[in-house]
Amino acid sequence: MHEMSLMQSVLEIVEEASRGFTKVKKVFLEIGALSGVDPQAMDFCFDVVMRDTLAEGATLEIIRKPGEGWCMQCSKRVDVSERYDPCPWCGSYQIQVTGGEEMRVKEIEVE
Amino acid sequence: MCTVCGCGGGKYEKFGGSRSREANRLVKVEQDILAKNDAHAERNRAWLKARNILALNLVSSPGSGKTTLLAKTIEEIRGRKSVSVIEGDQQTSFDADRIRQAGAPAIQINTGKGCHLDAKMVGDAMMKLDPGENSLLLIENVGNLVCPASFDLGEACKVAILSVTEGEDKPMKYPDMFHAAKVMVLNKIDLLPHLDFEVEKCIDYARRVNPEILVIQLSARTGEGLQGWMDWMEGMI
Ligand SMILES: Nc1nc2c(ncn2[C@@H]2O[C@H](COP(=O)(O)OP(=O)(O)OP(=O)(O)O)[C@@H](O)[C@H]2O)c(=O)[nH]1
Ligand SMILES: [Mg+2]
Ligand SMILES: [Zn+2]
Repeated sequence: MHEMSLMQSVLEIVEEASRGFTKVKKVFLEIGALSGVDPQAMDFCFDVVMRDTLAEGATLEIIRKPGEGWCMQCSKRVDVSERYDPCPWCGSYQIQVTGGEEMRVKEIEVE
Repeated sequence: MCTVCGCGGGKYEKFGGSRSREANRLVKVEQDILAKNDAHAERNRAWLKARNILALNLVSSPGSGKTTLLAKTIEEIRGRKSVSVIEGDQQTSFDADRIRQAGAPAIQINTGKGCHLDAKMVGDAMMKLDPGENSLLLIENVGNLVCPASFDLGEACKVAILSVTEGEDKPMKYPDMFHAAKVMVLNKIDLLPHLDFEVEKCIDYARRVNPEILVIQLSARTGEGLQGWMDWMEGMI
């Protein structure tokens, strides 16, 4: 359950970014399909971690990013839903992941 | 609350529609959640590089044989290279005690409820341990095939240890970890005659999540295959 400690880091980033405002109402996270992060667990941790902070009661908005890669064999962009997915064109596992590993705080809505 | 004039306040947007932008501002953040950890990791990496220290991050599920392999490694390398160890466990200092008994300085980090080591913990431990120049620093992570995958500690690489009693499907079930590792050590091969573990299948699974992964088969108990591990480490040094 590293979502708990990830959420602690989210809080630090949010607190930093919301300096000068009185309330954080919404937090937008970008979470890639290959990031190893469970959005549901993030959701659960969010309320717990934001308690007694500027972001207490805020809503969490998770923007999912799909997994993407580059097949070295056929020099083509491919969708990657799991790390062990072979290239749908040639069956090779030589795929360089190019997207879907994101774990970012994108923006926050404040007042 | 009233959505026309905005009286009442509360959790909802004050004026609704486009005018809500006046009350609620969007602030662009665009920051990696792990940015802080990664910054600590880079600091550790620079510190290690300046002293020409090779640091390895050993990751596995609980009980795969990390501490046993470390103790064996310390014995094996004695006199040729100085080794120090950072031990991560939720509780107890059993593992650090075992390492000291094997003859190397060790620091135990107890993560409590935490399920992984992070770069700050390791940086602090490194300062206390103060490993000498040209030495080897072995970091045993908390036994967990999930969380430690995401946390860079500043190591040269991650080494995933899988024991043959765990089943050959683990690289597929925990793809992030085997993807993040440069090496997979297949441990406890002395037990193979008693199991139906298929080595080739396991290696095939590991290569699906990480085509470049290097596989070293050994028994930390009997010492069989240990030379391959030692040779790989010498190569890294
Ligand atoms: N048969 C056999 N047993 C082994 C081998 N390596 C380790 N063991 C045994 O496996 C058990 C766990 O070994 P440890 O070295 O404590 O494993 P670990 O990965 O450090 O465990 P945690 O730190 O608790 O995650 C011990 O009883 C070891 O004696 C091996 O190569 N063969
Ligand atoms: Mg151990
Ligand atoms: Zn292909």
